[in-house]
Amino acid sequence: MANTKEVRKQIASIKGTQKITSAMEMVAASKMKKTQDSMLEGRPYSLKIKDVIAHIASASSEYPHPFYQERTPKKACFIVISSDKGLCGGLNTNLFRQVINKSAELNKEGIESCFALVGTKAASFFKGVGGQVVAVADKLGDKPNPDDLIGLTKVALDMHKNGDIDQVYLCSNSFVNTMTQAPGVQQLIPLAPAEQDEVISTHWDYIYEPEAKELLDGLLTRYIESLVYQAVVENNACEQAAKMIAMKSATDNAGDLIKELELLYNNVRQAAITQELSEIVGGAAAV
Amino acid sequence: MSTIKISIVSSSEEIYSGEATMVFATGSLGELGIAPGHTPLLTGLAPGPVRVQNGSEEEAFYCSGGFIEIQPDLVTVLSDTAERADNLDESEAIKAKEAAEQDLANKDATLDYAKASAQLAEAVARLKTIQKLRKNQ
Repeated sequence: MANTKEVRKQIASIKGTQKITSAMEMVAASKMKKTQDSMLEGRPYSLKIKDVIAHIASASSEYPHPFYQERTPKKACFIVISSDKGLCGGLNTNLFRQVINKSAELNKEGIESCFALVGTKAASFFKGVGGQVVAVADKLGDKPNPDDLIGLTKVALDMHKNGDIDQVYLCSNSFVNTMTQAPGVQQLIPLAPAEQDEVISTHWDYIYEPEAKELLDGLLTRYIESLVYQAVVENNACEQAAKMIAMKSATDNAGDLIKELELLYNNVRQAAITQELSEIVGGAAAV
Repeated sequence: MSTIKISIVSSSEEIYSGEATMVFATGSLGELGIAPGHTPLLTGLAPGPVRVQNGSEEEAFYCSGGFIEIQPDLVTVLSDTAERADNLDESEAIKAKEAAEQDLANKDATLDYAKASAQLAEAVARLKTIQKLRKNQ
């Protein structure tokens, strides 16, 4: 039977762990608020640029942009957005599963995959399992800067321009609510033609200053960048929410464990007292 | 007096949204004065102030480049958060590529699907077990 000292030591160590997990829960809760705010702050831009892109799509532009053209796909690039830190439950694992499934599916159709990774977790996962990694952006922190993602997006878009890849997918978690985060794989290129709210029957086009090609190149690049940035910010909010839930359940588990151990401790202590008593009584009777 | 809707946004925040009788901005080909009913125009935005006039009031915002879209009843300014230049973008791209090479030195480029699925299945199983244990308590 375990002795009291051992059990006491164990209780103390679990209490220490519980303190850490409950502190981490609180930190995650406060960070979640902030990350959610920055998720909302970025939304007007992505909505506006989407509007502009829809206007452009409905204008009869003389220049068809390559991002809209379907090519026979031979290779696809996955932009995978993960967190930098762990301890957030199945958040990254569930996303990677979807990525791998999608990539395996494409592989069967004869389409190769390459990966552009955001976040340390994705980098270390693909380091373990292989796969052609073309770009990495990690350690972006809690408040990622849109500029930090320019490079990564440019690598993917340049590869598309050169014809090295024909499709680009964006893989990230979307924030449903605090309890639920939904991993998803979304096709970026070729861009789906925008749905039009109203049918514009008149033939019209913008005046482009200076050149339609230059402007559309720039705008569509910004559009893709804004989608990637928005996904990173949203994934951050997901990470904090998942972390909060994971840490809350860890704290609860520690509490349960402590209760059990305290029960065990009392049993052991009681048994020791009983034994001592019976020894004394036995000794007295012998005298 | 007729007005035109104007919104100025950057990728990390909404800077301004409202009505205006006149908007002044620096397009990539020169100064623009935009009155309600302007013809559809799409142009680059040079770094500089965007001035929004509503009656006698005037507000000015600094934009470090971007794009401006004009519809007869709507002006949208998509501002960049930082100044952008092709060579700067290029160096960012090189950085991202280098990070990839550093992280994955001596890695063979074929993705091991079996290994990946096995690793993920294990991680998921571990999580499920923890959840089950919790439920059973």
